[in-house]
Amino acid sequence: MSGFLVSTKINGDAFQFACPSEETLLDSLRNRVGLTGVKEGCGTGDCGACSITLDGSLVCSCLVLAAEADGREIGTVEGLSDGMKLHPLQEKFIEHAALQCGICTPGFLISAKALLEKNPKPSEKEIRYALAGNLCRCTGYDKIVRAVQAAAKEMRKK
Amino acid sequence: MSHDTSYTKQKFKLIGSRVNRPDGIDKVTGRARYGADASAPGQLVGKVLRSPHAHALIKKIDTTKAEKLPGVKAVITSADMPDLTGGNRSMLDILENCMARGRALYDGHAVAAVAAVDEQTARQALKLIKVTYKRLPHVTDVDKAMLPGAPVIHDWVFTSGVDPKPEKASNVVQRNQFGHGDVEAGFAEADVIVEKTFKTEQTHQGYIEPHACLATVGPDGHGDLWVTTQGHFHFRQVCAALIGMDVAKLKVTSSEIGGGFGGKTHVWMEPVALVLAREANRPVKLVMSREEVFKATGPTSSTSVDVKIGAKKNGTITAAAAELRYQGGAFPGIWGMLGAMTSFACYDLKNVQSVGYDVICNRPKVAAYRAPSAPMAAFGIESTMDLVAEEIGMDPVKFRIKNAAKEGTQASYGPVYGPIGIGPTLKAAQNHPHMKAKLRKNQGRGMACGFWFNFGGQTCTDLNIGVDGTVSLAVGTVDVGGSRASLGLIAAEELGIEYEQVKVHIADTASLGHNDTTEGSRGTFSSGMATIFAARDAKDELCQRAAKMWDIPVSAVAWKEGKAVAKGKRHNNLAPLTLKEIAAKSPNTGGPIAGHNEVVADGAGVSFASHICDVEVDPETGATKVIRYTVVQDAGKAIHPDYVEGQFQGGAAQGIGWALNEEYIYGDDGLLQNAGFLDYRIPVCSDLPFIDTEILEIPNPNHPYGIRGVGETSIVPPLAAIGNAVSNAVGVRMTHVPMSPPRILKALDEAGV
Amino acid sequence: MRFESPTTTKEAAALLTGELGDAYILAGGTDLLVRMKLGLIEPALVVDIKKIPATQEINVSDKGISIGASVSGATMSEHAKLNKSWPGVVEAANLIGSDQIQSRCTIAGNLCNASPAADSVPALIAAGAKAVIVGEQRRRTVPVEKIITGPGTTSLQKGELIESILLPKQAARSADAYLRFIPRTEMDIAVVGVGINLTLARGVIQSARVVLGAVAPTPILVAKAAKAIVGTKLDAQALENLAAACSDACDPIDDKRGTIEYRTRVAGVLARRAAVIAFKRAGGA
Repeated sequence: MSGFLVSTKINGDAFQFACPSEETLLDSLRNRVGLTGVKEGCGTGDCGACSITLDGSLVCSCLVLAAEADGREIGTVEGLSDGMKLHPLQEKFIEHAALQCGICTPGFLISAKALLEKNPKPSEKEIRYALAGNLCRCTGYDKIVRAVQAAAKEMRKK
Repeated sequence: MSHDTSYTKQKFKLIGSRVNRPDGIDKVTGRARYGADASAPGQLVGKVLRSPHAHALIKKIDTTKAEKLPGVKAVITSADMPDLTGGNRSMLDILENCMARGRALYDGHAVAAVAAVDEQTARQALKLIKVTYKRLPHVTDVDKAMLPGAPVIHDWVFTSGVDPKPEKASNVVQRNQFGHGDVEAGFAEADVIVEKTFKTEQTHQGYIEPHACLATVGPDGHGDLWVTTQGHFHFRQVCAALIGMDVAKLKVTSSEIGGGFGGKTHVWMEPVALVLAREANRPVKLVMSREEVFKATGPTSSTSVDVKIGAKKNGTITAAAAELRYQGGAFPGIWGMLGAMTSFACYDLKNVQSVGYDVICNRPKVAAYRAPSAPMAAFGIESTMDLVAEEIGMDPVKFRIKNAAKEGTQASYGPVYGPIGIGPTLKAAQNHPHMKAKLRKNQGRGMACGFWFNFGGQTCTDLNIGVDGTVSLAVGTVDVGGSRASLGLIAAEELGIEYEQVKVHIADTASLGHNDTTEGSRGTFSSGMATIFAARDAKDELCQRAAKMWDIPVSAVAWKEGKAVAKGKRHNNLAPLTLKEIAAKSPNTGGPIAGHNEVVADGAGVSFASHICDVEVDPETGATKVIRYTVVQDAGKAIHPDYVEGQFQGGAAQGIGWALNEEYIYGDDGLLQNAGFLDYRIPVCSDLPFIDTEILEIPNPNHPYGIRGVGETSIVPPLAAIGNAVSNAVGVRMTHVPMSPPRILKALDEAGV
Repeated sequence: MRFESPTTTKEAAALLTGELGDAYILAGGTDLLVRMKLGLIEPALVVDIKKIPATQEINVSDKGISIGASVSGATMSEHAKLNKSWPGVVEAANLIGSDQIQSRCTIAGNLCNASPAADSVPALIAAGAKAVIVGEQRRRTVPVEKIITGPGTTSLQKGELIESILLPKQAARSADAYLRFIPRTEMDIAVVGVGINLTLARGVIQSARVVLGAVAPTPILVAKAAKAIVGTKLDAQALENLAAACSDACDPIDDKRGTIEYRTRVAGVLARRAAVIAFKRAGGA
């Protein structure tokens, strides 16, 4: 086993950690950085619970080596709200009861944010396909799609 | 105050409103802590070695190399988990399922476990354990497992419920029969009889959070278990018994739970984590991989079901019979029995008989999955109902309405129904705009009904009022779908305060008396009942304190709309005291004010639903898409409509996945081929339409607020609703679930469509 | 495990050559990390090629369009000229996984993973794409159909890596299309995939390449299928012949994703549908 020193910016703050070269970014974020809002549902890129942004693009952190994150910027669910102010997606997820168990919620929020940044006025179909990489087993996606629609509307007002 | 469980028609102020859930912020900010999110100082990583064979003798396990690997702190096998069950075979089954005892019974069965300083070392240690297997013949199909000559998995299983008692062991655990009347006579009266055999494949609950726990046990025999579970009290009891701990010395805390649907009602690896922790005298975190979740936790049964229904041309069912064969995995279960009980529960039948068989196979031990066993039975029966309706030329909804059970009907499984929702949900479905919407080419509409018993059970809550007048409510039922919001509403309603003044907690096993597992849709029903009674106790105490503050007899104090009021002309100079005012004075009027309740919540009202579904089938590929879906279900009383709708939608979505694509695929070698989300194929967001819901409220007479459980029934109708819709879309009757594209295309070919 | 991120292709080739243990190339990682997670491989060396400028670019020239080996599916979908010239290749690349996977997955990786069901490969072969392969000693350009030799195996030598994929300049009145069948609407591996590229002359198909995926150990270029539609205006008979030729060419397996019978049948269905799309795109009527 050989180690690797990773210097990153996480949710805007500089952060350094050392890890074995084969460690995934998901494991590092959870076990070394302490950001357990990033969830592991499968470890193979099929459920999206570990979604984060890496230099602004949406990825599954289980499919990224921590070593790859060296010199790059990471965004996680822990960085979504601005102090006391929740992100509109966070607000709408609560308001629309778009979560039941909530384990998939961090991943959905990150994916939905990535979608709305690219496409502020997505159709229902566009929302459904953009979120297809995030599995939810509780809600049947109904209230999640509605929450994203409501957040999009809210964000367009600004 | 009253602990009467009877429903009283009361006007609600808060019940039925859509407030924000108390755990919402934690869950949208990533702060909520689930099974794998806790850590402890000095914690080790636990890992489990699993059988690569479907059925094999374990001749030898050599752990010496693993033990010598630097960083390995414990290596255990079944030898480290002795049988302390004192002849209790069902407890021994649990222990044996946690760790194989001389024989691996299915692909993925645990055979050894390690605890090491880190992930890499633990992985390495597993590789150093050498297991010598001798492969044995296996069987994974339920019908094949019942045949004479099938490999008999346990030599101690003799079919019960048959006469004479068998002398030879077999894979058939038990036969259970339900019903009444004379089915033969009933069939003789029928103008039309339809008989059909159906098959359903095994599915998994598919919760997104894998099983995870953090276990600590000290040399003094005290332990802590942080675990994702639907029933931490049950876990405590089972773990303590299996590994020889005193129940009171093991504190179990239920983490936030990332989905369960029945799959987290049983222990799978928690006793292993505790033994590892005890051996190492260090905390051990054990987290399953997704592959382990599929292979080694408790999916639902695969089944094979024969249905026979006879009816007169006027639509009256004269007799109905079913034989249901349920595969229960490597250990005895009750799944065939439950299937047989639920089979004909929707209908008012003069002559009915259902026979259920529980069958052992070389597959993981089956666990509950949302209304366990009911969807498969409903697939057979509700599909056959459509076939009979077609034969007699009657609209399938009308046919069902004509035969629907009602108050006073003797259920096929025994009891006589009180007020129930099957008729009303059918009529609501019949009148729903969805029923009249136009369909295009290759589209079809189907409907089906579903039933679930619901459960109440042992429940214990604590309601504590702070000096500032806010309320903390501790409950022991795990919140699997938003019940904290519902229970907060109930406490606030009962006390006459604002919802925001109540905070609901899920208490650990050291803080409350025993609570049964959150299963059987019991969370809001039973903890709701206990909360009402605890609040009523608190109100009694509040009245006492008000009496003290006023210096009048307590008999002259009543609780009205959140305030203590002094009764009678003599006291009309006394202004009412609010809860807040009384609480503020509590240190001087007798100390803290609390309410407490323990109850066995009996009288869970049975639940019924009717679903409508439109599908579009691509006749060239067999691909089926659900294009519209409506759930109509009786909730008794919807405490928080958002989360009631959420249950309806989530159950329907799981049923849709089951109907179309989800299945355990075993090879001839008895190994599971699709132990991952990629090839197990649960529905993704783009697979589904919005799922419309209609909540009916037919109060449960056995609950003060009329609550019925709502969590499970919604998974029961989709299999048949989709089968009926496919039949109406492209003219083929699907009898095998999932109705995957290859199966539909094959059926189309065979039908020459 | 050693992790290296060289900045030239040659350097990467040297690292791969020099490693005695199992060495793997990391571009998108969407296959590599899955195999590591499932314990199927334990690399001694992983070479991340994303810091190599030559692998990061999409270059348009007179010869065609070159797509660097670490260009993601998402980047491809945002490239206007690429979309215009080779919509079939782009749609095939974009079918790989979710948006999360799209941010990372590459067509070079899809090719090197050598799955019979790889989505982008039939489209690349139909397009006549070539792979630019760099080794420590030499550089060679090889038609994509020569790369995959069987499930999970390629003709790449130890120490070689793909630097870029070269799509030829699309001819006039030509277009490509790719369709696949999956049981769900997203997130599945192709049960059958069909890539078609065709050129029209006066409304008649002059030439065509038809490639099937997931119906044989490797993607297959079906000459008979092309022959079935060349010289036609894609009338009903031509489509039927195309479907029959495609079904004939199938040599699939029964597995968890589909049956032999099903794959064989649906290959023909999808070929018809893909041909119609390509034909329309090329201006056919």
